[in-house]
Amino acid sequence: MSDHTADGLRALVAAFLRRHDPGGDRLGFLRARFDAGLAWVHHPPGRGGLGAPTDLQAVVDDAFAEAGAPDNQPRRNSIGLGMAAPTLLRHASEAQCQRWLRPLWTGEEVWCQLFSEPDAGSDLASLRTRAVPDGDDWVVDGQKVWTSLAHEARWAILLARTDPAAPKHHGITYFVCDMTAPGVQVRPLRQVTGEAEFNEVFLTGVRIPDTHRVGAVGHGWQIARTTLMNERVAIGGRPMPREGGMVGVLARLWRERPDLRTGGLHEEVLHAWVRAEAARLAALRLRQLIAAGQPGPEGSAVKLSFAELSQRISGLEVELRGAEGLRHDDWTMRRPVEPDLLGRTATYRYLRARGNSIEGGTSEILRSIIAERVLGLPAEPRVDR
Amino acid sequence: MTELLYDADEEALRGSVRALLVAHAPWQRVLAAVDGGESYDETLWRLLVDQIGVTGLAVPVEHGGAGAGFREVAVVLEELGRAVAPVPFLGAVVATRALLACGESTLLRQVAAAARDVALAVGLATAPDAAPGPVTVGPGPTLSGRVPGVADTAPNGLLLVPAGDGLYAVDAAEPAVRRHSVVSLDGTRPLVDIEFVAAPARPVAVGPAADTAVTAALTAGAALLASEQVGIAQWCLDTTVAYVRQRHQFGRPVGSFQAVKHRLADLWVELTEARAVARHAADRLDAASSEAALAAALAQAYCGPVAVRAAEACVQLHGGLGFTWEHPAHLYLKRAKSAAIAFGTADRHRAALARLVDLPAPGTVDDVTAGHTGR
Repeated sequence: MSDHTADGLRALVAAFLRRHDPGGDRLGFLRARFDAGLAWVHHPPGRGGLGAPTDLQAVVDDAFAEAGAPDNQPRRNSIGLGMAAPTLLRHASEAQCQRWLRPLWTGEEVWCQLFSEPDAGSDLASLRTRAVPDGDDWVVDGQKVWTSLAHEARWAILLARTDPAAPKHHGITYFVCDMTAPGVQVRPLRQVTGEAEFNEVFLTGVRIPDTHRVGAVGHGWQIARTTLMNERVAIGGRPMPREGGMVGVLARLWRERPDLRTGGLHEEVLHAWVRAEAARLAALRLRQLIAAGQPGPEGSAVKLSFAELSQRISGLEVELRGAEGLRHDDWTMRRPVEPDLLGRTATYRYLRARGNSIEGGTSEILRSIIAERVLGLPAEPRVDR
Repeated sequence: MTELLYDADEEALRGSVRALLVAHAPWQRVLAAVDGGESYDETLWRLLVDQIGVTGLAVPVEHGGAGAGFREVAVVLEELGRAVAPVPFLGAVVATRALLACGESTLLRQVAAAARDVALAVGLATAPDAAPGPVTVGPGPTLSGRVPGVADTAPNGLLLVPAGDGLYAVDAAEPAVRRHSVVSLDGTRPLVDIEFVAAPARPVAVGPAADTAVTAALTAGAALLASEQVGIAQWCLDTTVAYVRQRHQFGRPVGSFQAVKHRLADLWVELTEARAVARHAADRLDAASSEAALAAALAQAYCGPVAVRAAEACVQLHGGLGFTWEHPAHLYLKRAKSAAIAFGTADRHRAALARLVDLPAPGTVDDVTAGHTGR
């Protein structure tokens, strides 16, 4: 299709901007942008897109940004945009897509994810939250954990067990849960940094209409894999410049504070710099592969390295600061939308980075996934299926 | 912006080189050549030169070459690394880079036409920022001195010799050039000690131009060696994965044990990164970028150790089999370990990076000054 070129899409954006004032009503502008198919250009028409290639999204985003248009504040709704939307697009009914996708994209409705449970972490398929049919509804009871944004969310994607007798991967169903429904209780979960990015969510007799079920009963696990795949391939919006991440903080500290330098730490700083630059180039290469339409499994490498590097570099920074590294800025319980990695003391970065190898799949699970799905090595013998 | 993928021409070139190596350089033949003490596989080298035209790849069209570039050279080196092929290509490319810096059209034409093998007469372990070598210039001019540990030289080829404040061309077949063979760690890239005894020489560059040419050549060597290291690591990973999938112990494939899987997964991550780093280094050479030195130092600081870890894992995860002479793992281990020293160790390149990106060691001049001024 002729419009599906960078120039064609720039022309569409220009035409849109002639009809809609980017300085006017923010929400009205965003809704119109969605309706014009300029939200997710790779989505089909009617679902926020034009059926255009994924890599042209950046062209559209840039054109709107240049015009000073309001964006949908993607960081406020990262779970919705990054995980719920791709899953809904692939597995939800037309009516469900019509109901949920537009307010999700505009940010009117924030989403969260009710997957992990206290006894179902890496082994997510062992989850025990129950959904029992009752008339046209399901009644849900259970406890979820590590839910970011639950205290702000209107909707949640939810995994619940609908057939306790089936083998564990087959007895799960995928739902969308109204977070304002009676029986949903959200409690902040305080973490090692003192703040609470995450929540515990208690579900007690929560009624979910069957029309909010996504996909067939018992197919929840396969659908969840779409969601989790999107969690692992999600990489940031812009390529990172050299020293763009935490290694830049460390390098600047080294340059500005000769009094802190020792020979052993010099070695470690150089090792970390090399490793960070290699990881940055690998992430850049992954972007080029995706842009060329050849997405590979390299995203797993990027996530593993990111976790290892952020931990190593932040630990090194605390040590390099010596006596200053003994001082933390603030243990106050807060509710950040996202961690303030660069605005706080090194101790904060060190502590927050501990989560990087746990959240979104532990590094151990990720290594097993790489070994089995990328390298084709046999699975470990299992006793649970 | 740096282009890190392989384009269609590069993939086609890879296909041709791989097909030739599969046909003419199976590991049994490489091992036989090493056992036989041959300096390199002359037949294989002629095939690469005549059928693929490897020596003309980096030579511009105006000097009679193919005008392809160092990105293509890097792809050839990946395949040569993958096959631990005993051919003097890396040395030829390094010398070509020196000739390019000198604008030596006559010699470049000979190289591109495959009329002459050419090598830079410096020790393989020489880093781009190393101090000048031991050869002195006498009247004539003639060269005298001993250069230990040189790779990729042909007995009747041409040597480019840094000496005094110049770079000189010397015919290796001259009686005043004596080659002393070395029992090398890596028999697939055997070294010789070269002794010049008042050997007749022709200057190709003098003064700063000679320094520039030698530094550019060694920088290209460091940058491009990274692609060879990627090829080595890829072979080691592929071969090990295939082995642990079929080898059974305790009633299950060895590759189903988590300790084995995680080691290989980590290796795959490192290889993924090494490939991006090596592509970047080759790309910056072609772009004649001021970033070439930085990219080359990064390449050797990162890729050398990755290839060594891959080869060590290959030996280890093959168990007893990997420790035998009859399995090719040792060829890769020796090539990888030797390559980690070639053109300077990772540590030397980290020290170079410290200067290039301003991360000075404690007690350096910059450090003391900054400390006193309280910056």
